[in-house]
Amino acid sequence: MAEIAIKGVAKRFGDFTALHQVDLTIADQEFMVLLGASGCGKTTLLRIVAGLETPSQGEVWIGGRRVDHLPPRDRGIAMVFQNYAVFPHLTVFENIAFGLRMKKLPRQEIERRVNRTAELMHIEQLLKRYSGQLSGGQRQRVAVARALAMEPDVILMDEPLSNLDALLRLEMRAELKGVLAGSKTTTIYVTHDQVEAMSLADRIAVMHQGRIVQAASPVEVYRNPAARFVGSFIGNPPMNFLPATKAANGNWDVAGLALSGPKSDRQKVEFAIRPEDVDAGGEGLPATVRIIEPLGPHTLVTCDVEGALFRAVLESGAAIAVGDRLRLAPRSDRIRWFDPETTQAL
Amino acid sequence: MSAVTDARVTTPADARKAGNWLLTATAIVLSVWVLLPIYLLIVNALSSPGEVTAFPKRFLPSFDLGSLSFFINFAGVARALWNSVLVATLTMILAIGFGAPAGYALSRFDFPGKGTFRFLVLMTRAFPLPLLALPLAVMFIRTGLDDTAIGLALVHTTLALPFAVLITFSLFSGIPVELEEAAWTLGCTRWQAFRKVILPLALPGIAASAVFAFTISWNEVFAAAVLTIENRTLTAFLLQSLGESPLYLKFAGGAALVVPALIFIFAVRKYLFAMWGIANR
Amino acid sequence: MHGKALPYLLLMPATLFLCIFFLYPFALVAFEAVTRDGAFTLDNFRTMAGSWKFPVTVRNTLLLAAIVVPIQLVMALLMASVVSRLETGRSAALYVFAIPLGISDLAAGLIWLAIFDQSGFLNTLLSSLGIVERPVMFLGYQSKLTIFIAVALAEIWRATAIMMVILVAGMGLIPKEYYEAAEVFGASPWQRFVRVTLPLLRPSLQTAIILRVILAFEVFAVVAALGGTNLPVLMGETYNWQFTLQDRNVAAASALLILAISIGFTLFFLRVLRVPKEARI
Repeated sequence: MAEIAIKGVAKRFGDFTALHQVDLTIADQEFMVLLGASGCGKTTLLRIVAGLETPSQGEVWIGGRRVDHLPPRDRGIAMVFQNYAVFPHLTVFENIAFGLRMKKLPRQEIERRVNRTAELMHIEQLLKRYSGQLSGGQRQRVAVARALAMEPDVILMDEPLSNLDALLRLEMRAELKGVLAGSKTTTIYVTHDQVEAMSLADRIAVMHQGRIVQAASPVEVYRNPAARFVGSFIGNPPMNFLPATKAANGNWDVAGLALSGPKSDRQKVEFAIRPEDVDAGGEGLPATVRIIEPLGPHTLVTCDVEGALFRAVLESGAAIAVGDRLRLAPRSDRIRWFDPETTQAL
Repeated sequence: MSAVTDARVTTPADARKAGNWLLTATAIVLSVWVLLPIYLLIVNALSSPGEVTAFPKRFLPSFDLGSLSFFINFAGVARALWNSVLVATLTMILAIGFGAPAGYALSRFDFPGKGTFRFLVLMTRAFPLPLLALPLAVMFIRTGLDDTAIGLALVHTTLALPFAVLITFSLFSGIPVELEEAAWTLGCTRWQAFRKVILPLALPGIAASAVFAFTISWNEVFAAAVLTIENRTLTAFLLQSLGESPLYLKFAGGAALVVPALIFIFAVRKYLFAMWGIANR
Repeated sequence: MHGKALPYLLLMPATLFLCIFFLYPFALVAFEAVTRDGAFTLDNFRTMAGSWKFPVTVRNTLLLAAIVVPIQLVMALLMASVVSRLETGRSAALYVFAIPLGISDLAAGLIWLAIFDQSGFLNTLLSSLGIVERPVMFLGYQSKLTIFIAVALAEIWRATAIMMVILVAGMGLIPKEYYEAAEVFGASPWQRFVRVTLPLLRPSLQTAIILRVILAFEVFAVVAALGGTNLPVLMGETYNWQFTLQDRNVAAASALLILAISIGFTLFFLRVLRVPKEARI
């Protein structure tokens, strides 16, 4: 049982604030992904949980025990590093056994665990090799096996797939998901790759400028972004935003289109819709086609809606040409509204 | 096709070939420039005293050990050799013992005062350090360190320490921090992580910088001549007997200085860049 | 993690050491140079400058540096270019070129003594070619010029290696793409060297030149081995004041002069060859 609780954790490096008062609770056996652009503080947060960085303030609890004053070795964690950190002077076997030897486990137990995790990660035939004789993907497997062999309560992963090439990344992603689901550990996984985040996570914590903007399930994060940043960061292409002004009958005027929206005191709000949530034709936003990119299953159309950039994902094969004027109708259940001042969802 | 070749057009391949020849030739000429003088000294050292002072000279050694045995048996030489080894060994231990922790600290920590320390280390290189033996001579007489191996080793350590710091700094910097952090997460204390992960990886480089410290001390003349009287090192001994000693003694002594140096440089050749690459900063 | 004290703990031995054996004696030299029997005076400098040898000494030292360092710079650049361009035998060439790095200045003097001595290899060669009839006395007290040439050659031979290694390390830092880009834009090998290598090598050039110039002012044992007292240089005179003339205040003044010249040139080259941070690789 290892629930992780991060309470009011902040981190400053001199004048620079890497983390502002972060709160996050991760349930036992939950797979939590910290997602954000580089420099958003996600790695710092992970390293604080690991004990590699001390927080400027706040508390870290693992399994009901306060750990922020403990060195990494006393936290019951294991970590997989971005560049794998496979010890070059030790064989694969000794790398996996390293932590077990530090725990002074009996020899048979060490051998049993090394063989089991090596088998799990399909590296049984590499046990006698050195890191220099391994490919990037194999090193990755060793690093994961080394962490799993510790049978930790918590596994921390810092962009473990980012140094692999695209195809290998896809393969390892699926494999990691299977292995970690079987290991019954709590996992914190840092990445900047939203596809990776969506595919792996039970919950995603989207981070921006040292704050957690939203922590929710992948579908929730995608469908109901809690803030404008989440909508613009997640999804490829990202959400479209258009200004909306208050109109009669509690409606909002978006590029001449009257839409029912939230009740707000503000005169102006922001209308948002995902590119795949619009249909061509009917009563819709007036759009002038600028660029057409056929992507196979569908076509990405970049338009101009009253001077604002607007992307739409339309069925491929639609007869559209650059310069065409279209009507793009937003699906009403998919429309989201944001407060332009606070950038929070309305 | 053949018409083109007959016309002897200089193709890029030809130019490259000519360039390669020039390059190889230059490399050979420069190598001869470096090696020939050493060879000539060795010829002298491996000739009998009579041959050394005779004229004209042979350009091949006669492999007569007369000069060398005269040198070895000359009063004070054996002792001077021993002193040189002793001082150099002490210097090596002191330089690495003080320098390696500093190099490690510089590579792994950010802390106030780091810049000052680096400046202090770099500053030592802008000074003719052997000169500092002059005031130290007085200090040593007061503390009883005058004319002792340890006293001279301390001065030689001033010469070797900046190098030891810079070399070990670059060595430790070359070992990813993640390896150390991985060891911590796998149950190591800081010291255990250093001993089990960093030390094995840095050891060859540390050995090289130790050899380099040894060489610095082995070769140093000025401070050795200033600080030793009875317990002269080989360099001090040779310097002070330059005026009176016969040629064959000088050449045998020169060879005794050079041959270990050749071996030392061979031993540390892989690390020459580490020593100076970092010094560029 | 032991908190904030660890780096200071690790730096402490080296810092203490440098304070005692570098900063303190440096202060002592400065103090001794401007006092006599405890009272402040500039007499030591007057005595030093008043010696009949002084102008010759300064002239010899500066002239030697002025002639030796530029030649070394060119040779070191040549060696470094050869080493970084060689495909086979690269490490062998690097080792050979680096050998003098490990050879003491005294040994270097003795090596060239084997060549320039009256019964040495140069005379043997010259007489076998029929250029001279009898062996010439190159290093006698009447032949100041040939002593100077011999010392200069020995210095060039000995201390080019240190510049070479720094420059090779510096060249290694220049990404290959720059040369390829320059080649694509039509630069000849010479143009690539002048327009790409040299400007990007400036930090290394700066280090190499500063280090080498300081060492040039420290020239001592080479001169002692080849010229005895016939070619007085600053470091040798300092040694003389300390031992032959037993006046350590004047010796300190002399040492301070060498320090001052060294620092002056260091600052000069730091300024002249300054590379703005933004313009570094």
